[in-house]
Amino acid sequence: MPALLKMKSIEKMDLSYFPGCSLATTAKESNQALMNVCEKLGLNLIELEDWNCCGSSSAHSMDQSLAYSLPARNLSLAPSGRPLLVMCPSCLHRLQLAHKKFSENPEARAGEETRWGRPIDPGLKIVHFFEVLSGIEQSRLEAALERPLKGLKCVPYYGCMLARPPSLRREKNYHGLIEKILSSLGAESLPWSFSSRCCGTFLSAARPDIAVPLVNEIIAGAVKAGAECIVTACAMCQLNLEIRCTSEEKVPTLHFSEILALAFGAKGSRTWFKRHLVDPMPLLKAKKLIS
Amino acid sequence: MEKNSFQSSPIDIASCDRSFRREVNELSGENVGLCWHCRTCAGGCPYVKAMDYHPHAVFRLVQLGLRKEALESSTIWICVSCNTCSIQCPAAIDIPAIMDALRHIAVEEGVKIAQPEIVKFHEEVLGSIKKYGRTHKLEIMMRYKVRMRQWFQDMDLGFKMLARRKLDLTPSKIDRPEEVSRLFAGSAEDEKH
Repeated sequence: MPALLKMKSIEKMDLSYFPGCSLATTAKESNQALMNVCEKLGLNLIELEDWNCCGSSSAHSMDQSLAYSLPARNLSLAPSGRPLLVMCPSCLHRLQLAHKKFSENPEARAGEETRWGRPIDPGLKIVHFFEVLSGIEQSRLEAALERPLKGLKCVPYYGCMLARPPSLRREKNYHGLIEKILSSLGAESLPWSFSSRCCGTFLSAARPDIAVPLVNEIIAGAVKAGAECIVTACAMCQLNLEIRCTSEEKVPTLHFSEILALAFGAKGSRTWFKRHLVDPMPLLKAKKLIS
Repeated sequence: MEKNSFQSSPIDIASCDRSFRREVNELSGENVGLCWHCRTCAGGCPYVKAMDYHPHAVFRLVQLGLRKEALESSTIWICVSCNTCSIQCPAAIDIPAIMDALRHIAVEEGVKIAQPEIVKFHEEVLGSIKKYGRTHKLEIMMRYKVRMRQWFQDMDLGFKMLARRKLDLTPSKIDRPEEVSRLFAGSAEDEKH
């Protein structure tokens, strides 16, 4: 891991921040939770000015040039020398893939630089929040811990985050990170079979008939494992698991940033949990994690 | 629905498009010829049940030059590029990149699309990006449901999401949307919006 992201001796770190469409809208609560967490950890997030959609699944499915030029605008907005923090695993891949192309192909980069009238830093580090988190010392996390998640039984859900295109296989991987952090927060992380099963992504909107059985299978897996809640790495996964579960037994699903903020004693967490379609409040109240 | 056992009638070699494989390789930057049909991709894919051909079977169609069959398969549209297959592929083929290439050829050639609803959804997403620079989920879903004539499907869900303010009535917009909409000029998507 680049020394840049080691937090050991740094009290405060500046990061450019790309929220992505989900965290800016449907998953505002995850964004607010992330802000709380970052403040606690001394991370100063500076949102990319006027960032645009990375193109999501639709750009690369329909139009190759859009799949690169949409992320290119964002890359040109990122000041050099400051890592770019991305919270959405899918945006992360789109931005990393485009950046990889532009750093390997100076001609393509020059084309985009002319188009946007701004340089694209070929050395720009594009990192997921997990990468920053993995560089933070354990003692720092422990110092921030105000409300241990004692007795909370969780299953970690990475969705497709750990599966990357072969060209990104040398990028940092986050296997086991959710489990490790959950344990250090006092929660119990249970093993299960669906931690890396895709959530259905856009098929949840375009073909709910395909997404529903998939989601039901994932939720049934969580129930079988004895989980009280699912902790996701991605805001879209979180939404899909909530809205496409038709089975009787539902399991509250929390975004990783929410569970972290909860353990760090963040104020205002009640307003985030109200936005969930599967209400986590009864569980959190029973565990005395929220009053 | 599944067509994974190949057609019982013999393949007419004369009608196969031998340049197809090269075209797909060039567009995707991958090598379809590397696939030796171990079926690992099909074993791991969460979506095979909804596909007509398994992912590797689509590659076989490409290898054989069965252009029409490959471009008209539902598989290329059902694939969501979750990469579950490509991390398991022993030949390290970027399977979604090949699906992308097949989708692009299918759109460009105007072949019969096996999953028109998925294409319509992508068009609505791109239309939203063109207009606002970001995706406006409520508008995307409403326009999509109208286009699909599924007036009432998911309406209760929509209300639930609105009640919890999960869906914003107004879009999150960029300050200079024209910078992004310019990208769509001349693109494959331009004519539709």
